[in-house]
Amino acid sequence: MNFLIQAFAFIFDPKHYGTANGIEVRLGQHLLISFEVLVIAALIAIPVGYLIGHTGRGRAFAIGFSGGVRALPTLGFMILIALGVGIGLGAPIVALVVLAIPSILAGAYSGFEAVDRRTVDSARAMGMNELQIVAKVEVPLGLPLLIGGLRAASLQVIATATLADYVGGGGLGRFIFAGVQTQDYPQMLAGSILVIFLAIASEILFSIIQRLVVPAGVTAGRPKDVRVKSSRSRAALG
Amino acid sequence: MIEFRGVSKLFPDGTLAVDDFSLVIPSRKTTVFVGSSGSGKTTLLRMINRMVDTTSGTIEIDGQPTTALEAVALRRSIGYVMQNSGLLPHLRVVDNVATVPVLNGVPKKEAREAALVLLDTVGLDRSLAERYPSQLSGGQQQRVGVARGLAANPNILLMDEPFGAVDPIVRSELQVELIRLQRDLDKTIVFVTHDIDEAFLLGDQVVILEKGGVIAQVGSPTEILTAPANEFVATFIGAERGKRALSIQKTATGDILVDSEGRAAGVLVQQSEGVVR
Repeated sequence: MNFLIQAFAFIFDPKHYGTANGIEVRLGQHLLISFEVLVIAALIAIPVGYLIGHTGRGRAFAIGFSGGVRALPTLGFMILIALGVGIGLGAPIVALVVLAIPSILAGAYSGFEAVDRRTVDSARAMGMNELQIVAKVEVPLGLPLLIGGLRAASLQVIATATLADYVGGGGLGRFIFAGVQTQDYPQMLAGSILVIFLAIASEILFSIIQRLVVPAGVTAGRPKDVRVKSSRSRAALG
Repeated sequence: MIEFRGVSKLFPDGTLAVDDFSLVIPSRKTTVFVGSSGSGKTTLLRMINRMVDTTSGTIEIDGQPTTALEAVALRRSIGYVMQNSGLLPHLRVVDNVATVPVLNGVPKKEAREAALVLLDTVGLDRSLAERYPSQLSGGQQQRVGVARGLAANPNILLMDEPFGAVDPIVRSELQVELIRLQRDLDKTIVFVTHDIDEAFLLGDQVVILEKGGVIAQVGSPTEILTAPANEFVATFIGAERGKRALSIQKTATGDILVDSEGRAAGVLVQQSEGVVR
């Protein structure tokens, strides 16, 4: 309990602000790393996921790839890259991008797969070309699952970006690694609390976005049902 | 006029859905493909707008092979109505109807106004225009589907079991509406169903299909009922027994028509005038 109070004292101590190693600086670095990683991972994973979801090809590859990548120990992987590219931000960003890709990839292709095939079929029969089917049907209807994927990736990245400072990348990991080296437990705990705070903020932000992007028509006619899961399957509506 | 010439379809899994199929579908009439599942009726329908490609043979629309146009352009020129309405769940009713005109470059405002008129045409209240498909009943969704099929003012309307998923009362309502619509609009309608009653009700030309897209008989409902081409057709339409084989029975209170089981099916009345199709 004492550590916890000391940790909060560390966080609110004005001495720990305004310097090059200030909390606001490390918080900013942490956010920037996470944001950059999410953007890069999304730029890679979303087009690939959409391609897989739209064509239905390469799904087995995506699952295998995601499974393999998820099993990679990020710390080891990051150090391996750092041996090549050197100390700094490069290695953590690459390692974190690799960490973030599987969730976003899965969100992108499962979002497309969740679209009723009959809806896609009728869009095609009306005379939409493949690009229009993607842009006007599959992307809007697949958005909720994609945002879910981004949400999971964001949480993972924010938590794991703590490792960035291990190879000199900065971020909130600095307080944890510095605390470990000097056996300064309040400082370690303060670093952890700040990461937790960011993770919770990310969850809240994404849950709001998720609610905003569900196409209105998808929820409009849905019967209001407070139970999470119906004990009986609901009869099909005529 | 739509003409099938020696059309075959072999699916990659080895199913020969249609084999050497030839047929002329007259313009401004309703042609109904009727058959049980596996008769290739939906495949035949979907080959007209190239949702399914033919393996061999040609399909011509007004003398022009369907392959002359790009598939996307061809599909936009042909209305398509499917069983579950196939409406886009994230678009409002009016935008669903306006989809194809907007794809064709009609300004959105104009397309939406035209869509409202179409809602009138199919007998839907304009107050439903701003709703989402999931807020409508099955019958209303089907009407929106028909309005959408008509939106680009196509000459041809393909209907794939459009009333298959609605209850019998709504179905007969929709059937009557379609007959009314066809009287006003004069489209070439190709309609697929497994319900022979629906086929006889709607079809000017009825095509009865056996397994593998083999034509058992083509003709008007009258021709088929009065002269079934073979045993299969007779059984399929129930001409020999069941509710279509009616006979007059004299009773104390008057003459009635009874079916082959002896159940009362109706009475015989004098029709003042009217032409049987």
